[in-house]
Amino acid sequence: MEHLTDYNWVLSAGVFLPLVGVVVMLFIPRSEELWHKIVALAASAASLGVGIFTLIAFDYDKADKLQFYADNRWIDVIHSRYIVGLDGMSLPLYILSMAIVVLTIVYSWNHIPHPGNAKAFLMLMLILEVGMNGTFVAQDLILFFVFFEIVLLPMYFMIGVWGGEERQYASIKFFLFTLFGSSLMLLGFLALFFNTGAQSFSIEYLAAHTNGIVHNTQLWIFAGLFIGFAVKVPMFPFHTWLPDAHTQAPTQGSVILAAILLKLGTYGFVRIAIPVLPDAAHSWAPWIGFLAVIGIIYGALCCLAQTDMKRLIAFSSVAHMGFVMLGISTLTSFGFNAAIFGMVAHGLITGMLFFLAGSVKERYHTLEIKRLSGMLTQMPRLGWILGFCAMASLGLPGLAGFWGEFPAILSSYSPAAGLPEETFRTFMVVAAVGTVLAAGYLLWLYQRTAFGEPTAEFAAGHGHDQDIHDIELPEYIAWTPILIAIIALGVFPNLLFKVMDPAVQVAVSAFGG
Amino acid sequence: MYVLAQWAQPNIDYHALAPEIVLASAVVLVLLADLFLDERRKWMTGTVAGLGLLGALIPVATLALSDQPARVLLGGGYVVDDFSLVLKALFLIAGYVVILLSTTYVDEGDFYQGEYYFLLLSSVLGMVMITSSRDLVSLFIALELLSVPAYMLAAWRKRDPKSNEAGMKYFLLGVFASGVMLYGMSLLYGVADTTLLTGIESYLASAGTDPVVVVAIVFIVVGFAFKVSAVPFHTWAPDTYEGAPTPITAFLSVASKAAGFVALLQLVFVAFPSAKDVWQPLFWVLAAVTMTVGNLVALRQTNIVRMLAYSSIAQGGFILMPLAVVGESEAARNDALTAVVTYLIVYAAMNLGAFAIVLAVSRKTRSGEIASFGGLFDYAPGLAVLMTIFLFSLAGVPPLGGWIAKFSVFRALLSAGGGWAVGLAVIGGINSVIALYYYANVAKKMWMEPVPDGDTTPIRVPQSLAAALAITAAATLVIGILPNLVLRFGELGHIVTTASP
Repeated sequence: MEHLTDYNWVLSAGVFLPLVGVVVMLFIPRSEELWHKIVALAASAASLGVGIFTLIAFDYDKADKLQFYADNRWIDVIHSRYIVGLDGMSLPLYILSMAIVVLTIVYSWNHIPHPGNAKAFLMLMLILEVGMNGTFVAQDLILFFVFFEIVLLPMYFMIGVWGGEERQYASIKFFLFTLFGSSLMLLGFLALFFNTGAQSFSIEYLAAHTNGIVHNTQLWIFAGLFIGFAVKVPMFPFHTWLPDAHTQAPTQGSVILAAILLKLGTYGFVRIAIPVLPDAAHSWAPWIGFLAVIGIIYGALCCLAQTDMKRLIAFSSVAHMGFVMLGISTLTSFGFNAAIFGMVAHGLITGMLFFLAGSVKERYHTLEIKRLSGMLTQMPRLGWILGFCAMASLGLPGLAGFWGEFPAILSSYSPAAGLPEETFRTFMVVAAVGTVLAAGYLLWLYQRTAFGEPTAEFAAGHGHDQDIHDIELPEYIAWTPILIAIIALGVFPNLLFKVMDPAVQVAVSAFGG
Repeated sequence: MYVLAQWAQPNIDYHALAPEIVLASAVVLVLLADLFLDERRKWMTGTVAGLGLLGALIPVATLALSDQPARVLLGGGYVVDDFSLVLKALFLIAGYVVILLSTTYVDEGDFYQGEYYFLLLSSVLGMVMITSSRDLVSLFIALELLSVPAYMLAAWRKRDPKSNEAGMKYFLLGVFASGVMLYGMSLLYGVADTTLLTGIESYLASAGTDPVVVVAIVFIVVGFAFKVSAVPFHTWAPDTYEGAPTPITAFLSVASKAAGFVALLQLVFVAFPSAKDVWQPLFWVLAAVTMTVGNLVALRQTNIVRMLAYSSIAQGGFILMPLAVVGESEAARNDALTAVVTYLIVYAAMNLGAFAIVLAVSRKTRSGEIASFGGLFDYAPGLAVLMTIFLFSLAGVPPLGGWIAKFSVFRALLSAGGGWAVGLAVIGGINSVIALYYYANVAKKMWMEPVPDGDTTPIRVPQSLAAALAITAAATLVIGILPNLVLRFGELGHIVTTASP
């Protein structure tokens, strides 16, 4: 396998620059909040700067190859190496992760959640970024595992310390679910290692050497990996941690959870589980598709039953990730492209929706849908952006959400050779019903909260409207890039498809493309 | 006269014995210093003891750097190989950290200082000896040398009935365990006609395992199961840990436990390889039961020391896991040894660190309740962050040291392969999730709950405690990020299994 090793320091720089910020912040006293914000912003912006350099230096004609490839000694004794590399599949997610963290820190400028302590909050956010960035570039299973797990602790504390009423329950639930998944995943990694001759944990090496494993063993190993990744996605029935975590997390936590953390799971499928164990993936695919469509319908139905705006958005994540997993389960390049596009689109749109939910909560001190009404009259700009994001989320053509959902449904019309066509066509129909439901709950949400007149308690002059105001500067700065990206990707989806497709072709090569 | 005529001066390699000699001299020195120092300057005995431990590290280093592969003394009964050197270093450093933990505690607590350090050093000397003992007799003597001082140290808070109970329970059960073990050893000697571990192995390889051998091996393993507090032989541990002075609890849960494992390793790897059908299933059951029971009971604890006691029982179960697959293949054998040694090193760092925090916090709160950690992050963020690091390292969350320990255990199991090994690994995986809950519970108290009594005066950490924290925290973090450092020791640690060099 050919690699491009030019500039092979940039990925490590992009991953670890936030850590420099953490170290600097360690030595700044807690009371200097402004300095903490400046350092955190500088560190994450430096990381994004390196990311933009990566974007420029990336050789788009060779997007199927791992670029900026670095391979260094790490843990010789267990044959694990520090291997990082980036191809067209990782690039969008890697940049998305860097960008979202910068924007979240901008948003935090005047939104440090209760009980304050900007120092700890921002330090955790930067550590989180190290884990997320690293996961998208790691090409060694043990390195991947370590990065994958680094995100747990910061997110646990973010939810547990800065979260809502039920934060303690939600944070430990998040932690326990994910750790359960990842311990089975780790056993799967080890089984892969020993069944391929105990030579290397490199993903490429493993992918090339799994043919010899007995099919039954492959099925078991895949099951281990599946649980690890499916908990993170989250797929039905492993999703129950998500609504709690999302609802209780502070705004910044929800945004990062939705935009990036969930993608670690789906990325694990397209990067590791499926390319490394194609035969087992082929056997499991109908079941994955089945769980995916259950997720779509179940998530949508739950959305219809929610009374809390944030919880509704959380359940809509379950449904949207169902579309992503449906695309993946077809094992076609079309489905994979749709899935990765869906990840990016969901990251932008749902991340944005959580930003909005946070701002609404800050202004109304509630997210209960029936108490909210007439946002368009009270804060027209925020109301319009909410409408825009709801449209994007339900998959309106011309906006990013469309290109994740529609092709995923389409791809299940003709899944990879050997997969049961009737089954997948049934999935297609069910998923299509899911889009109708999505339109239903999102429009209904918008109608109830944005249209009409403000409810009596928040009407002008009743004393509860003193915090209600339109968008502030940090919000503008944080949101505008996301909104532009949603439109840009909606109008020019090829921006992404062109980058991803060569790498996707490699990932699905075992299934005949 | 005949016997005397037969006796010849054994050829002793003084370099090989230098760590023990330095340590023994330090023991004497502490005793003498205690004799001549007046009351106000008794703390100097602690300094002497600490210097003695560090001094003993020097010959360990020169031995490790010398080209000679392994030094076999006393006809194979005492072997200084890489395995023993790595563990000698571990015991010496762990002992030093325990002294750092002890100084203020002992100084402020109206204890007999000289005797305290004398006993502590004697116990460490026993541990240093046990790493080289390849003979049933020297193994037993080393074990008693490390245990007997520990019995006394556990009861060191002599006006506290709980401490008396701790020492008494530990003593009675420890002696009982020694008796059981000694009975097993005598049976083994009876059939094999030798006490050398290598001799026992050649007997077992040729004669097979008859019922007497089975009984002997089971008795010996059970005896050590007491020492490493494996369920169902763990009942002494929580009470002893709670009642003993906290630095001694740290010492018992780390060093004394590790010594038990070192002895088990030598028996399993050197003396009993041919009888693997006897002890492998035994270790399988012990490991599964120990970690499950330890974890489940730990969930219910409200006292931090008792929680750490049960957590250390559960961690012991993890360390036992690789022993269940040692005999499966050559690769599994090496991986199991690496896993156990790695685990012991990492566990020592993170558990001693956790106890150092407990000591620091209880200086202010005067309480051992987990609830007393409430709001620690607000008034002592440094201690809270360090405790978080130690706790989640114990839980095995990357990138903290504990993950590589758990990882190497899983690696050993999957290296052996087969349904039983993978089954045990899955049990281990589920257990690590259960364990996370009670570790996270303490973190929750520190970060997410208010200070119980509203007293938020900062905690003043004495220098010695701060030094102990620096050592353990640095080790926990560095090992987690660059695991090669410690895995290399595990790999180095191949036990010499032959009688002749």
